[in-house]
Amino acid sequence: MNKRMGNQTVAFQSEVRIFSTACVAGKKEGQGPLGKYFDVVMEDAEWGEKTWEKTESKMQRSALIRAVEKGSVEVKDINYIFAGDLLNQCISSSFGLLDFGVPFMGVYGACSTMAETIGLSAMAIDGGFADCAAAVTSSHFCTAERQYRNPLEYGNQRTPTAQWTVTGAGAAILSNKGDGPFVTHFTSGRIVDMGISDANNMGAAMAPAAADTLDAHFRDTGRSPDFYDLIVSGDLGLVGKSALIDLMYEKGFLISKNYDDCGCMIFDTKRQDVHAGGSGCGCLAVTLCGFIMDAMKAGRLKNVLFMGTGALLSPTSSLQGGTIPSVAHAVALASERM
Amino acid sequence: MDYDKKDYKNFIEKKSPNSKLWRNMLSSFVVGGLICTLGQGVGNIYKNFFGLDEADVRIAVPITMIFLGALFTGLDLYNKLAKYAGAGTLVPITGFSNAVVSPAIEFRREGFILGLAAKMFVIAGPVIVYGINASVIMGLVMYLFGLVK
Repeated sequence: MNKRMGNQTVAFQSEVRIFSTACVAGKKEGQGPLGKYFDVVMEDAEWGEKTWEKTESKMQRSALIRAVEKGSVEVKDINYIFAGDLLNQCISSSFGLLDFGVPFMGVYGACSTMAETIGLSAMAIDGGFADCAAAVTSSHFCTAERQYRNPLEYGNQRTPTAQWTVTGAGAAILSNKGDGPFVTHFTSGRIVDMGISDANNMGAAMAPAAADTLDAHFRDTGRSPDFYDLIVSGDLGLVGKSALIDLMYEKGFLISKNYDDCGCMIFDTKRQDVHAGGSGCGCLAVTLCGFIMDAMKAGRLKNVLFMGTGALLSPTSSLQGGTIPSVAHAVALASERM
Repeated sequence: MDYDKKDYKNFIEKKSPNSKLWRNMLSSFVVGGLICTLGQGVGNIYKNFFGLDEADVRIAVPITMIFLGALFTGLDLYNKLAKYAGAGTLVPITGFSNAVVSPAIEFRREGFILGLAAKMFVIAGPVIVYGINASVIMGLVMYLFGLVK
């Protein structure tokens, strides 16, 4: 049985479901338009920890614990955890998920991590290598700022195209039984670099990768954008979102009707002073694990294509004048299996 | 990709909003001016009420302004002002103070030696290095042309 469709897509043959999800979000995110869909909203940036890195680890741990509780699964029944984050050597994941005692697969896909880990989990399950797998990721405004930019107390101005790293963690437990939306397709993306080097305009750098993956998805599956009730990208923000709509139009796909970007959904970009919108692994993670899963379970959304978008730069590559290579991974969800 | 990198760059430049230049320049002018006025005021107080002479005032005023910059950085207020003021808070000596104190606060978590002390000059270090170098070069130039006797 060939599970491959075209060059970049796999179609899952057996039942792979997103069985349970949970998310933890920061205070600012909690005050945003999607605030009511989050399982936990932290009261401050520290959340009882001494350092922000420890807070981010605790967020991943708490998100997975909450997902386990919500799905009434036993931790020992999870065969693999696929997880990653933005920090050097992915320390939020390794410290946060230490205590579960589950085989751990560290994944670095920058902000595309949620889609990548769900795709890998689904492949492990459909391949018959696992019955149950968890996909976990996180980002934290304060840890990302200190790694990629300046100390928080340093007085500088953000450019209008800069995005605001979402403080949030999401965990999704996938299984071959139970209920929850089906994972039907996974289109993994290629690395695309269109020569953008401005780290304050990440949406612009990532939009071509997003367009490449979307194009591949439609070509491989034979589907059109209309097939989906909602197509979401992870964190393209205002500039990237607008660029993606244009890029897709040039490729012959009209996506503006049912397409949105989590970076534009999670914050009120006019009121919350986040410039071009949200970003970070947590941006797609909390939007998917909160709002989208809620809407799918309630039947408001039936077919969803979510796409994680990652800017694969590092502070070192930026300082050395490097451009921003990007990647996007897309996962198709369906509330009913055809 | 259907078109090349140069076209894409042009396409993105049209899409990306620009900074509000006039508004930013006005607020940096006003805030920067106010900080300098405050410095002048502090100088006048030292001169008129404490009887410091001109040379001492020139030392006392920067010390006071550096202290205020550090204090307001610690109170998490300087960055909030800088968000609107930009160069208005960056250029005066208070901005230099902010550039030293902010990494010191942030990297305190990695310890006093390799965190706080090592990272303290991560932003301001280049200013010190090139400031000293420039003054050495200027000193040499003035010496060679016999301007300094």
